Amino acid sequence: MRKAFVPLVVLGAAMFAYAPVAIAHTPYESTMLLIQKVFYFHLAAWAGLGLAISVCGIASAIYLFNGSKVADRLGVAGAELVVVFCTFGMISGSLWARKAWGIWWGWDPKLTMAFIIDLVFVGYILVRRFGGPGAEKLAAAMGIFGLATTPFIYKAADWWRTIHPQTSVMKTLSNTEGGAIMWSTVWFCIVTFLLLTVLVLAARTRLERLKTRLDELYLAAEDL
Amino acid sequence: MTLRRLWMLVLTFTLTASTLFAQPQPPVDGFVPAQSLPPTEQLPAAPLLIAAYSVFLVLMMGYLWTIWRRIGKVEQEMQELAKRQSGQPR
Repeated sequence: MRKAFVPLVVLGAAMFAYAPVAIAHTPYESTMLLIQKVFYFHLAAWAGLGLAISVCGIASAIYLFNGSKVADRLGVAGAELVVVFCTFGMISGSLWARKAWGIWWGWDPKLTMAFIIDLVFVGYILVRRFGGPGAEKLAAAMGIFGLATTPFIYKAADWWRTIHPQTSVMKTLSNTEGGAIMWSTVWFCIVTFLLLTVLVLAARTRLERLKTRLDELYLAAEDL
Repeated sequence: MTLRRLWMLVLTFTLTASTLFAQPQPPVDGFVPAQSLPPTEQLPAAPLLIAAYSVFLVLMMGYLWTIWRRIGKVEQEMQELAKRQSGQPR
């Protein structure tokens, strides 16, 4: 990963630079027109959140069962990214909703669950920061709980009455005129966000590794 | 019988009355001012779209900056500790 990090950063930056150009070339959706273009980053951010939350949840489970330090570092890194992506997902959704639905926010199941998951991971970070001894295990349990709620957020629009479009709306994209360009742009943005997620996870775990090393150095200095 | 006819008349009028109100609107002579559109139609989309992408840029750049700053701080602390240790008599 260390050798590939810089080339991947360059690739990621190039993809992010090109993304607005690709989005500008997509056709307008017939009912929402320009504001529908929020969709490309909005969906991609939730895809990034999906990866980050999976990494955090699985790493937390591994840490709880065998106490792996690597898994613990990955858990912290994933949790922070979940908060970043979830916050962006809610803000971009809110801006889109203002135009499409005429409201900034509605307490419907999908939106409310997204808000709750954001709070769960803010809680994770606060527990890690201020929880004292044993906080890692408590936070890891929160990470697993957070991952367990993910399917409910994803399927909320299908299971409950909500103003948010259902997941089946994606299938209709293929049938629309210019659907191929829209699909390719959707996938381009998703891959870009997933790459960003991997890179940020790598950078954030490096920080945790350095912190552990610093703690070890302090302990060694005390022994002298 | 008369009562039945009367009921039929009322019912027919009630059911068809809606068509009176469903007649096509008179043709618009000239442009419709934007103020008469629903609030969501009046709202320009471009600032909201730009805001959405700007929020992502600011949020992600801010987060990356905090990681970079925290890494720098830890590395600096490690160097200071190493310097202190090397200067200490054993």
